[in-house]
Amino acid sequence: MTSEPYTPVIVGFLCNWCSYRAADLAGTARLTYAPTMRPIRVMCTARVEPQFVIKALREGADGVLIAGCHPGECHYVEGNIKALRRYTLLKQMLRQFGIEEERVQIVWAAASESKVLADAVDQMTLTLQALGPLRWRQTVLNGHGAEQAVRESADVRRAALAAQEVEGER
Amino acid sequence: MTNKETSPAGNGKPKLAIYWAASCGGCEIAILNIGDKILAVDEAFEIVFWPCAADFKYEDVRNYPDHSIDLCLFNGAIRSSENEEMAHLLRQKSKVLVAFGSCAQEGCIPGLSNLTSASDTFRAIYMDNPSIDNPAATLPQTVTTVPEGELHIPVFYNTVRSLDQVVPVEYVIPGCPPEPPQIWAVLEAIVTGAPLPAPGSTVIGASHLAVCHECPLEKHEKTIERFYRPYEITPEPGLCLLEQGLMCMGIATRGGCGALCPRVGMRCEGCYGLLDGVEDQGANMISAIASVVNVGKPGDDEAELERRIGVAMDSIVDPAGTFYRFNMAHSLLHRVKTGNNGDVQNRGSETA
Repeated sequence: MTSEPYTPVIVGFLCNWCSYRAADLAGTARLTYAPTMRPIRVMCTARVEPQFVIKALREGADGVLIAGCHPGECHYVEGNIKALRRYTLLKQMLRQFGIEEERVQIVWAAASESKVLADAVDQMTLTLQALGPLRWRQTVLNGHGAEQAVRESADVRRAALAAQEVEGER
Repeated sequence: MTNKETSPAGNGKPKLAIYWAASCGGCEIAILNIGDKILAVDEAFEIVFWPCAADFKYEDVRNYPDHSIDLCLFNGAIRSSENEEMAHLLRQKSKVLVAFGSCAQEGCIPGLSNLTSASDTFRAIYMDNPSIDNPAATLPQTVTTVPEGELHIPVFYNTVRSLDQVVPVEYVIPGCPPEPPQIWAVLEAIVTGAPLPAPGSTVIGASHLAVCHECPLEKHEKTIERFYRPYEITPEPGLCLLEQGLMCMGIATRGGCGALCPRVGMRCEGCYGLLDGVEDQGANMISAIASVVNVGKPGDDEAELERRIGVAMDSIVDPAGTFYRFNMAHSLLHRVKTGNNGDVQNRGSETA
């Protein structure tokens, strides 16, 4: 398995009114942070459909960062609260698919909070490096998995027989 | 079987094949449920293959010329090497191949086993099942050697796929099972030569609007505090089930069924699959649900907000199994990641 450090790919959905401006400010303020995020500007975090997140993970992202205004400060009053609800439920579901919780994160970063955004990207990069690459297409979407099924079924049988042997010796 | 003698030159009638792969048999019953119109089907078509109802062998199909079957209704998902072989064979022999029913369209209930692995499925069925005593740890073996030689049975795949993930299909008739009037409408259109939409996994025999559009229950603005499982509450008659906290999938599901389930107080489970323009039914449902959960207001404290939303969402039991009840195999993620996934990678032979 891969053990050498890798550079994770983070797809960032940044809201137009706060977090995209925070990212802009991070640039003008010449903040240094991990170059791992591919920012995508959306009008509001509520524009981020769960489908976007899932598609990013399927198509090669190691993590997804959703960034928007603090609750109560949404340009559309409560778009970010809707986003938080979606994100909460999405994460619960992704867990069932074996996708680690840390791979999808939400952060509130106001237009002036460039440091908050930069720190979130840095932190997430470290977390994703510890988790390792996701590589959904290569590792999960690999056809019918016939060989795997046959191999693992043989393992199940061997394990069951070995367990019986141990039982018998007692 | 005099028909077989005359096949493929035949009696001039268009040839119809109906096959089941990984399915429950409900689709065959749905076909028979078109009632006495089945006689009209028999009159209009020459049935050349229908393992459930008539005695044909795979060998017969292999001997038909390519593209000699005018219409093949294929129900069932692709679960084993036998299913896959038949999908390729029937594709080769058919002019028009239809993914018939939810299993062929999107994996349906068999597709839910993409939430686990083949070996865990075997372990559950043949080892850990309380009613099983299996001292020899007997499991289905693809190849078994007996004194007379080698015996082969199909390989049970790790991942369930839909028909169109294996071979291209012209049309899709959704539903678990498709509703008989919809089946008849499609067959009648074909019999009378009515123009069909352009082929290419095109949905026929269904609506282009959501189940809610056909649902007669009274609907108001939805403000849900928490969700209930069907046994926990008795829904008030005549009122939208989702509003009452039942996880009705109608809002994210294609109509065409006539909203049969919500009509009788049972939440829509989503069997007619996703709507046009949607790539992932489960993600679409999450989107919709989050909008109607009335927990959290703009003025709330951030930590408290997260907690309250977390509690509300925790009332949804098994989101993956609920939102992808029928659509798992056709979802964007397709299956779970298990410790043993990565067939290619783990063998270290991946070069690309």
